[in-house]
Amino acid sequence: MNPIPISMLIFYLFAGIAVLSAIMVIASNNPVRGVLFLVVTFIASSGMWMMAQAEFLSLILVLVYVGAVMTLFLFVVMMINIELTSQKRKFSYYLPFGAGIILLLVLMMLIALHPQYFSFGSMPSGVLPKGANTELLGKVLYTNYAYPFIVAGVLLLTAIIAAISLVHRRPRDCKSQQVTEQIKTRRELRVRIVNLPSEKKED
Amino acid sequence: MIPFTHYLVVAALLFAIGLAGIILNRRNVILLLMCVELMLLAVNTNFIAFSNYLGDMAGQVFVFFILTVAAAEAAIGLALVTLLFRNRGDIDVEKMNLLKG
Repeated sequence: MNPIPISMLIFYLFAGIAVLSAIMVIASNNPVRGVLFLVVTFIASSGMWMMAQAEFLSLILVLVYVGAVMTLFLFVVMMINIELTSQKRKFSYYLPFGAGIILLLVLMMLIALHPQYFSFGSMPSGVLPKGANTELLGKVLYTNYAYPFIVAGVLLLTAIIAAISLVHRRPRDCKSQQVTEQIKTRRELRVRIVNLPSEKKED
Repeated sequence: MIPFTHYLVVAALLFAIGLAGIILNRRNVILLLMCVELMLLAVNTNFIAFSNYLGDMAGQVFVFFILTVAAAEAAIGLALVTLLFRNRGDIDVEKMNLLKG
């Protein structure tokens, strides 16, 4: 009997942490704690991605997701005060449905992955080309996927504009130019011609 | 070398937990957004596992784009949550019955 290789142990460690903290995300009553558990889930799955030779993406997950998106979540959670009304009754009421869905999806995946249906031999497999992961990704991204890359940039710009225009509030007590009022004005409102008799200069 | 079916099972578990969280949490919208992020993470894990198994970089490129879309979605979703809180005073999902849905 050969022992389990160390890489498998590390993978199971990461997978276990990811799944447990994902359960804690949906079970925690406090949203701040939920966000922090989500951070743990992301870091654990970044470890799993690292073991699947996706080094660049796993680091991007930590940098962009944990560093930016989760911080944004945390900001919003702390900015709006949510009253912590414990609705444990609701939670336990819906719990059978949730557990049923988890069971159903995992069972479906287990059945689909059974060697009888999902055979390794019949599937084409390959190895990633040699070289740094970042370099490989960049070579594909800037050539074959250059157009989608630009579209992704435009999408981010749209998201910025949408987010800002949704939540931006004009400052209240400040004087600003009102263009419509300016355009609507007529000459009579602004200029008054007064007839004045001309005066002779006295010597 | 980790058999990649294990990745698929872990991803299915994460996806199912995210889906169950949407059903279970009837409290606030932020938790729903977090569950959506969880499901996107599961899908990304699937993509990366298949990319590793098939030796194709296309899967990782797709994960890159999904991350972009997810970031945009999180930003707009949180903006909507802020707007909702500003207009209504709470973000309870149960109380959102304006459309009688």
